[in-house]
Amino acid sequence: MSVEHASRRIIEGYARGGADLAADEVWAVEAHLETCRGCRDRLSAAVDAGVPAVVSLVDTVWSGLEPQLAVTATMPRGRPWSARLSRWMTPAMVPWLAMVVGVTLLALLLDLVGTGTGEVSLVLLFAPVLPVLGVAASWSRELDPAYELTASVPRAGLHLVLRRTASVLAVVVPALLVGGWATGVMVAQWLLPCLAFTATTLALGGVVGVTRAAVGLATVWAAVVVVPTLATRRITFALQADGLPVWALILALGIGVVIARRGAYSVLGAHR
Amino acid sequence: MTLGKEHHMMSAVTAADLAPTPYAWEIRATGLKVRVGRKRMAVDGLDLSLGTGVHGLLGPNGAGKTTLIRALATVLRPAEGTLELLGESVGGRGEHRALRRRIGYLPQEFGYYKRFTVREFVEYMAWLKEVPKADIPAAVQRAVERVGLADRADERMKALSGGMIRRVGIAQAIVNDPLILLLDEPTVGLDPAQRLRFRELLQELGTDTCVVVSTHLVEDVAAACTDVVLFAEGRLVFQGPPDELASVGGPEHEGDSPLERGYSAMLLNPRQGRGSW
Repeated sequence: MSVEHASRRIIEGYARGGADLAADEVWAVEAHLETCRGCRDRLSAAVDAGVPAVVSLVDTVWSGLEPQLAVTATMPRGRPWSARLSRWMTPAMVPWLAMVVGVTLLALLLDLVGTGTGEVSLVLLFAPVLPVLGVAASWSRELDPAYELTASVPRAGLHLVLRRTASVLAVVVPALLVGGWATGVMVAQWLLPCLAFTATTLALGGVVGVTRAAVGLATVWAAVVVVPTLATRRITFALQADGLPVWALILALGIGVVIARRGAYSVLGAHR
Repeated sequence: MTLGKEHHMMSAVTAADLAPTPYAWEIRATGLKVRVGRKRMAVDGLDLSLGTGVHGLLGPNGAGKTTLIRALATVLRPAEGTLELLGESVGGRGEHRALRRRIGYLPQEFGYYKRFTVREFVEYMAWLKEVPKADIPAAVQRAVERVGLADRADERMKALSGGMIRRVGIAQAIVNDPLILLLDEPTVGLDPAQRLRFRELLQELGTDTCVVVSTHLVEDVAAACTDVVLFAEGRLVFQGPPDELASVGGPEHEGDSPLERGYSAMLLNPRQGRGSW
């Protein structure tokens, strides 16, 4: 784009106060000066050369400002990783994620040592509920001090919920991947239940609140699967390879409900 | 000038600023009911129209002030009636993203992250409020300066006093230059000098913003508000300038100032005042 610069007559007229310029010329030159450094330089040269009154005025302003500018500290460089990280997880989630990784490692350790559960892998047993705990912490009234503020912002809603869920999975899935690889469990066997539980938590969370949904699902899982498995030392139906299509169905249903009720996450109710 | 880099300044006035407003009132409620819990209607049939200015929301504890402010912040949905904010009807399951960008909100319980510095926290809130990325640093600095925290901006929030935390809360509320600013008990924890400064800030904001301040301190309203909204048991009792409320009270009513006496008079006989707005 070619830009027409202000003429010498206009610049000098403007420097003298603009009294001999037409109003639209003053308006146009001001708008131009805002964006054109070259013309600002020409203006300051014109002021220096011909208008001592303005020079002395500018000097007064400078001498008034300089002591203030000298004591104003420059803005320190922020911690850019901190700002970027906070877009994916709140500080409230960090201890929970640490706990989730700790539980995974502990389960892995017990599996490798081979104490207790016989043929049932503890990693497999805990895989579905681990991300749920992280998701609960990401959208909780009790755990997140800024929950009410977060609920009131334009970004609140499904978009932010999914962002935080994704960051939980980004921590949990690699930890489980290591655990699954070390204990020789098939990936789909823990990944599908894990994702299905996460989706169901979100789906139920839109109705009763994410934290309540997470606590409820974790309790059900413990009662229906963990306790019987540990008692009988046999893999329950839920974790056998035959169960995989059912988990896939639950996952699809969960995702469907979440999408259908996506408006529900931007009000306070989802934080319960 | 010795600028290292040429900044392309935006022209001061944009087309959006010049466009006529498509609404008569920033906030307009008719027959508004908002439910708290299963049964209780904390706001019960409210008719209210608020325009630009500072509106003091007064009322006894449990009158429904916080619920009303939450409904105005769109985090609670109306159970009945209509609520229009900036001409947009609030209700149903919509996310109201465009509307929320024009709202600033300070909740009564202002929660924050202790490890964040003031600047980081306000930046984070600006990001959540979808302030354009390029404008965030300047908007944050402006907001922090307006609440007088420029010299503490890079300190961790856990090192701040209660009054300063409150001011961070106000800074995050105004960081997106809202058209509707909702402040729930903003003066709690401020010392007298800070309250004076805060009232000045309110008056400044009230020139082009619809500010709703909930408070139980009558003197805050007298000093800073253009308009009093008196609220009891979920209903509007009085709306009008502070002077008018003061004129209702007589020497027989409780209170140390004319406004407090007016306040007591209105609450003694809520039915009488209902028609006066």
